[in-house]
Amino acid sequence: MNRRSFLSLLALATLCSRSSRSLAREGGVAARFGELPPAGRVSRVFAAGSPAAVLACVLAPGKLLGWPMRMDAAARALLPAPAADLPFLGRLSGRGSTVGTETLLSLRPDLVLDAGSVNPLHLSGAERVWQQTGLPYVLVDGRLEDHPAQLREVGRLIGAAGRGRELAGLAAHILDRVRAEASANRDEAPPRVYYARGRDGLETGLAGSINMEAIEFAGASNVAAEAGSGGLTQVSMEQILAWNPDVLLTQDAGFARRVRGDRLWRSVRAVRNGRIHVAPILPFGWLDGPPGVNRLVGLPWLLPRLYPHRYPGSDRGRLDRFTAETFERFYGKALPAALVAAAADGEAG
Amino acid sequence: MRPGPRRSLPWLAALAGLLTVLVIACCAGKFPLPPEQLLRALLARLGWADPVDATVDTVVWNIRLPRIAAGLAIGAVLGAAGAAYQNMFRNPLVSPDILGVSAGAGLGAAAAIFLALPLVAVQAMAFAGGLLAVVAVYLVARSVRRHDPVLVLVLAGVAVGTLLGAGISLLKILADPYTQLPSITFWLLGGLNAVTGGDLLAALPAMLLGLLPLALLRWRINLLSLGDEEAAALGVEVRRLRALLIAAATLGTAAAVSLAGIIGWVGLVVPHVARLVVGPEFSRLLPASLLTGAGFLVATDTLARTVAPMELPLGILTAIVGAPFFLVLLARGRGHR
Repeated sequence: MNRRSFLSLLALATLCSRSSRSLAREGGVAARFGELPPAGRVSRVFAAGSPAAVLACVLAPGKLLGWPMRMDAAARALLPAPAADLPFLGRLSGRGSTVGTETLLSLRPDLVLDAGSVNPLHLSGAERVWQQTGLPYVLVDGRLEDHPAQLREVGRLIGAAGRGRELAGLAAHILDRVRAEASANRDEAPPRVYYARGRDGLETGLAGSINMEAIEFAGASNVAAEAGSGGLTQVSMEQILAWNPDVLLTQDAGFARRVRGDRLWRSVRAVRNGRIHVAPILPFGWLDGPPGVNRLVGLPWLLPRLYPHRYPGSDRGRLDRFTAETFERFYGKALPAALVAAAADGEAG
Repeated sequence: MRPGPRRSLPWLAALAGLLTVLVIACCAGKFPLPPEQLLRALLARLGWADPVDATVDTVVWNIRLPRIAAGLAIGAVLGAAGAAYQNMFRNPLVSPDILGVSAGAGLGAAAAIFLALPLVAVQAMAFAGGLLAVVAVYLVARSVRRHDPVLVLVLAGVAVGTLLGAGISLLKILADPYTQLPSITFWLLGGLNAVTGGDLLAALPAMLLGLLPLALLRWRINLLSLGDEEAAALGVEVRRLRALLIAAATLGTAAAVSLAGIIGWVGLVVPHVARLVVGPEFSRLLPASLLTGAGFLVATDTLARTVAPMELPLGILTAIVGAPFFLVLLARGRGHR
């Protein structure tokens, strides 16, 4: 346990008793404040942040009140009908809130749904919203492995139990499959991956960063883990050349195109061997951004990219079809072939 | 001097202005609330009307009123502290954060957000950080004996402020960009969106304790503007008075900042505006700065929560509203000194 999480735990332990009582974990729900209305009566859900919005959108798009983040037309086109036209409302996040408390109340939500890291700051912020507004507040832990429980439990709470069970089953299946794949490679060294973020690709996630969760879960070894653990960080080109990763993952097709013409980047093993892969970002990021259930679509996409030798020809096609099916079951829209192809356009070829 | 009818006119105008701002602030907001419903909600809690809808009651009593009250208190404290500092340092460019109170509070809050401590701890660390920064500046300045003590104090404040600012920048770089960074950024820009009645009650004693010495010692503070030697010749214990003033202004400002984050411009501009109206004499400047600060902050906060679809940080608006207003006054007010 590093010092930061120890301090957080210490502070958590000193939180007032009312909070600790509601901290009892039920399924994927980490904390709830206030009396929730009966599930059948929940028809207006305010999503506090992006991961919660994705969760509500896949479970019950008709109940979501609006988006906490800006959504462009391309993303909206891939969303189920009721969610596609929702307005941007702003996020609710303690001091970083962009939605006013009065605006929140004027939307008359039945409950506030929040998903993400569960720490004392976040918890006390949630409790304060509840105290100030009287709106019931549900906070779920946003870790990848919690997604099945999260989908099931939140589905039940917001009156979409059937849909929740369906997606939870699918999520559990995906996680099991990927977990099996990740542990099957004990004999061989795991692929060493660099995840390039930002316009210049020099931003990446350290070990344990929520941005790296999907990649690390799939059994890849994050080269930046060497630089420590924590959140996002900036690294230098020299550092990347020293790491010389086997695989380069990114969500930025433009960056991938630039990399192919860049002499420095071309001397990185991954680029030289054509193992640079661009994850689609529509309607939400497939690898991260936001770190929510959207990453479940990215996991089966990731497997043949990390372990190409295990998926020759037809096997890879079968897995790509499974990815498309997963996409369709989550968002209710067929995965446009152009989406994966457009992303792959940036890949070495 | 007794205020004659002509002298009390500006005060009545200021009070009327403040009242107008308060009424507008009560009526404005994102939750649609017709005036008669607002009035009913106000009277219902006092037992003079039938209970209203629970949401309406929450909006009025848990959100709008605490926020307006916080704006009043914070604006008054920042305005008064600014007036005291400008008088004491004999410099119109001085604001309450010249000795590092805001930078210290900022670092304390940023560290607490970075460590994901509960909100109470964020406020406590901001308060403590502000006090510690000024104590450090004061001790450093006191250990330097060769120069003008006021100048050394200001320079030490600038240096310590820069150091603390570097710490804040470092934390911003290390913070998680999705959750922590927006919180830190918004905190550094100030805002009253998250302020509750409980927060205000917790910070109020420190604010009042900070204002009290300024009010009680207003005549002596006035003498400080003559310069250390002349003030001493008139029987003022300059060093002790200055230490007391710094302690009082810092206590009030730290409490205000721990509540609302860093709100720039109020402590700098408000005393100037007040001085243009009532002149430089501190016994008149103090109440004028208090009133102007309170009115200005409540008015800006009303804009912050109404003009845009999203909640705007207060620090941005105080600058957008305050800077042009100040420039206009500066251009027109040729007569003042």
